[in-house]
Amino acid sequence: MIRLDCPHCGPRDQTEFNYGGDGRIERPGDDASLTAWNDFVYTRDNPRGPHVELWQHTAGCRQWIKVARDTLTHEIIAVGTMGDDIEAKIADPDRGGVEA
Amino acid sequence: MSKPCPINDHRLPTGGLIDRQRQKSFVFDGRRYCGYEGDTLASALLANGVHLAGRSFKYHRPRGIFSDGPEEPNALVEMRIGARREPNTRATMVELYDGLIANSQNRFPALSFDLQAVNQWLSPGLVAGFYYKTFMWPKKGWMFYEHIIRHAAGLGTATLEPDPDLYEKVHAHCDVLVIGGGPAGIAAALAAGRAGARVMLCDERPDLGGTLRYEEREIDGKPALDWAGGHLAELAGMPDVTVLRRTTAFGTYDGNTVGLVERVSDHLPTPAPFQVRQRMWTVRAKKIVLATGAIERPLVFPNNDKPGVMLASAVRSYIRQYGVKPGERAVLFATNDDAYRTALALNEAGAGVTVVDPRGEHGTAWPERVRDAGIEVLTGHVITSLKGRLRVKEVLAMESDGRGHKGSPRPIAADLVAVSGGWAPTLHLATHAGAKATWDEERGSFVPDMTKCRADMTVVGSANGTNTLSGAIEEGFATGAAAAKAVGKSAPDPISVEVDDPAEAPVRSLWKVEPAQGQPSKSFVDLQNDATAKDIEIANREGYISVEHMKRYTTLGMATDQGKTANVNGLALLAEARGQSIPDVGTTTFRPPYTPVTLGAMVGRHTAKHYKPIRRTPMHDWHTDAGAVFVEAGLWLRPQYYPRPGEDVHAAMRREVKMTRNGVGLCDVSTLGKIDIQGPDAAEFLNRTYSNGFKTLAVGKARYGLMLREDGIVYDDGTTSRLGENHYLMTTTTGHAVEVMGLLEYYAQVLWPELDVQLTSVTDHWAAIAVAGPKSRTVLADAIAGIDFSNQGLPFMGVADGTLDGVPARVFRISFSGDLAYEIQVPADHGHQAWKALMAAGEAHDICPYGMEALNIMRIEKGFVTHAEIDGRTTPGDLGLDKMASRKKSYIGRFLLEREALKDPDRPTLIGLRPVDGKATIRAGSILVRDPVTAGPDDMEGHVTSQCYSPTFGEPIALALLKNGPNRIGETIWATFPLYNVSVQCEITPTVRFDPDGSKVKGETTDA
Ligand SMILES: [Zn+2]
Repeated sequence: MIRLDCPHCGPRDQTEFNYGGDGRIERPGDDASLTAWNDFVYTRDNPRGPHVELWQHTAGCRQWIKVARDTLTHEIIAVGTMGDDIEAKIADPDRGGVEA
Repeated sequence: MSKPCPINDHRLPTGGLIDRQRQKSFVFDGRRYCGYEGDTLASALLANGVHLAGRSFKYHRPRGIFSDGPEEPNALVEMRIGARREPNTRATMVELYDGLIANSQNRFPALSFDLQAVNQWLSPGLVAGFYYKTFMWPKKGWMFYEHIIRHAAGLGTATLEPDPDLYEKVHAHCDVLVIGGGPAGIAAALAAGRAGARVMLCDERPDLGGTLRYEEREIDGKPALDWAGGHLAELAGMPDVTVLRRTTAFGTYDGNTVGLVERVSDHLPTPAPFQVRQRMWTVRAKKIVLATGAIERPLVFPNNDKPGVMLASAVRSYIRQYGVKPGERAVLFATNDDAYRTALALNEAGAGVTVVDPRGEHGTAWPERVRDAGIEVLTGHVITSLKGRLRVKEVLAMESDGRGHKGSPRPIAADLVAVSGGWAPTLHLATHAGAKATWDEERGSFVPDMTKCRADMTVVGSANGTNTLSGAIEEGFATGAAAAKAVGKSAPDPISVEVDDPAEAPVRSLWKVEPAQGQPSKSFVDLQNDATAKDIEIANREGYISVEHMKRYTTLGMATDQGKTANVNGLALLAEARGQSIPDVGTTTFRPPYTPVTLGAMVGRHTAKHYKPIRRTPMHDWHTDAGAVFVEAGLWLRPQYYPRPGEDVHAAMRREVKMTRNGVGLCDVSTLGKIDIQGPDAAEFLNRTYSNGFKTLAVGKARYGLMLREDGIVYDDGTTSRLGENHYLMTTTTGHAVEVMGLLEYYAQVLWPELDVQLTSVTDHWAAIAVAGPKSRTVLADAIAGIDFSNQGLPFMGVADGTLDGVPARVFRISFSGDLAYEIQVPADHGHQAWKALMAAGEAHDICPYGMEALNIMRIEKGFVTHAEIDGRTTPGDLGLDKMASRKKSYIGRFLLEREALKDPDRPTLIGLRPVDGKATIRAGSILVRDPVTAGPDDMEGHVTSQCYSPTFGEPIALALLKNGPNRIGETIWATFPLYNVSVQCEITPTVRFDPDGSKVKGETTDA
């Protein structure tokens, strides 16, 4: 079972969280094209490897968090708050958030 | 024991780790036997001379006890009777208890005479892929064949009665989890424990020690078991060390999680009162040490499946651990020096032994040592066949390297054949986490390759291919010390052990012995699934050259033992057939569980009433006392109706509607989701969340709101009230309360972090009571102080605070029944009190509690929608709520709602229905068509979403979604229900039947 190091609560079991989908998706503005809206609602990448995701700590602090997870190995590469730069955390060789 | 025990003819006079003072009586296949404390069912059967334990799966060939452990392919029995009957239990793992009852499986009518054994004479047809080839043609034939095959196959039958036992689940954390309590595992746990780490050590057996329990070895000049016992006692005294016996680690999962099953009570006739039968452990370990040992590989030779053929190490174990003599005259057929210990053990037990070894004279001391004991050793020989029906009687040995046999077969009388083709390390738990098993030609064995292992795991001892006792202990200790150090402990002082490890020659890989000329016979690879060496050749010949395809085609390794004794030989034979090396062929993937896990252990306590939690409203006890019949709404229990004497559900709900419509009724609506929303940007937040505008809502007012998904489809609805300048209270449907909360949090935290808004779920904090009917105002004016209940004082959609029976109460003038109605909210702890106060205040007006059925009838009469209509496919327009989709602002779902297809006027749209005859029930789910006789699938014009009998209008009514519905009011349509072949001609009506002009709900026309 995956364990996520919630930036607010500390390491917790995955059963405390709800998965919230691709964390790199941006909601388009009101003047965006139909294609942009269609992609936002319906189109998702299905990567084999690192994937930035949203999870909500539903049975904990109720906060939505960003999680970089390897879809192949389930390794949790990095965890951050919504305000954190998760891409920088992934790139950081001394990255945190990985719980042994 | 009342009756004296039958004598154990095959028990050695002394020795073994059994307690001869404590006899245990048991029954196998209806016959009474006796064993001792410390026996397994298998050892007790062998002590009584019973080798024949089952019939094989496909050919129904007689099969004997083959191993002494979890790898057992043959001796599967049905344990216990009645509700506790359990099929496919390995007799080698069943601890003997007094009164044990077991039965053999897969035989008819009796084990020694089985009618289906005729399969083996038909066997030229029963080769690999037999089922695929034979029974798939003609296509319809499968239906016929399947019935017979299902009966003939199958291993044992499970009970149909409910499981009487308790199970539980435990979560645990530790620094170091050591799996396997043999010498390497004990050493690892000892090192980590001495270093002060939190250690868990588990072993699937009732006692730890592993091979030390039967190997005649000395450590530091003492018997090896004393060495183990001393260290186990030390471990037992360490407060941070947990030793779990009878506990199988069955799977490795993400995050260094290991699943364990502890068989707490399986060694007892029944669990002690309130004790569990099995316990499921979910263990999170920082470090895992895998010390699971190795499983001996059998040899593949003609007729190698006869009862009396046994793994060489098992023979040793039965002699030394259980004091059983498994045979009088034995042949050891082995390709390695380790197995020579079995010859010595048999000799000491007084059995005759001949050793058959395909290797030539190979330079170690073992053959001499064995010959010195007076045992004949035939080097450069193989066994080419076995004779005997229900038990081996004779062995045929020939001078050979396995292929080119020389001379003529030499018959050797024997009732026991001990076999050993080397060892296969038990790497299942490592491969679950991505480790690979790689072939080590030098050792003639697979060894772990941990480079791709996702778990923080180290393999030690014979599981790591380390085949000396001193090596295993040193490796275990060093690994345990390193693990403790890695979690921040200081390493313990090193230990040194003195062990006599005599040199051993390399294992000779002998994958198959060809039959001698003119001896047609089967050589079995997988005993449990009856897969033979020939089956593998056929699979290869027919193109199933991938190891995964071969496995599925031959079913090798797919039985309940998952091929623990078969897989390596199967791979090697496939490699031979393909002319390739074993690494080139690759291995199949092990998946959890290592051995079968009962469903009970997986389910734990979550059965029956504990399957899911029950939510009760604060007024639940009142409803119970009033005789309410409850209905489940998600996790909630809600009153469905309150029957009076002599009333059925129909009578009760119609009366409740009439009493409410003519007077006053009250309904517990505490289950509605309630979300408290505060902050300077709360109005903007709601305005973006709902499809209709919320910026203009005044303080002290409520508004109906519609929530869409991003794709423009309606998601949920409810009433939201403005309690203060920056303070709102949202209600959601009961069913979506939890999800809406998560969604709003997503909007606030992810989509619009710039909005200053706070959300709190207050569903459980407020009890809510709907008070409906023309007399509701009178009752409330009487019961609630501090509120002007006049139409001006509290108009429709108004909100006001008052006091009910001394309790602060918030009153909302909203209506889900269509009548003049209010909703009262009080703090949850006062819900019961408030309900009673309202009942008392309404007594003079014949106030009536109503349940979900009456609530549903009244909302259909009023044309209000629920999740029957908000079904994940309907837009606001489809529900006749087009005006609630604002065109003036941006909100969730707006953009994609504008798509052409969602604006198509031909979309099914909400309308009402009544039967033309005023009588016929319109079933929910009925399909709307113009002509029910000629209609095909393309003629569907809509469907019925909700229906009821309306006491108010004296006829059945319904809500439905119909193409272009609102423009067809007054026309007729058929509601057809093909499943029951009923069709009802209906008149299309407006959705709102009750109070269409809103004069009742909004007006002053009450009798107050
Ligand atoms: Zn948290």
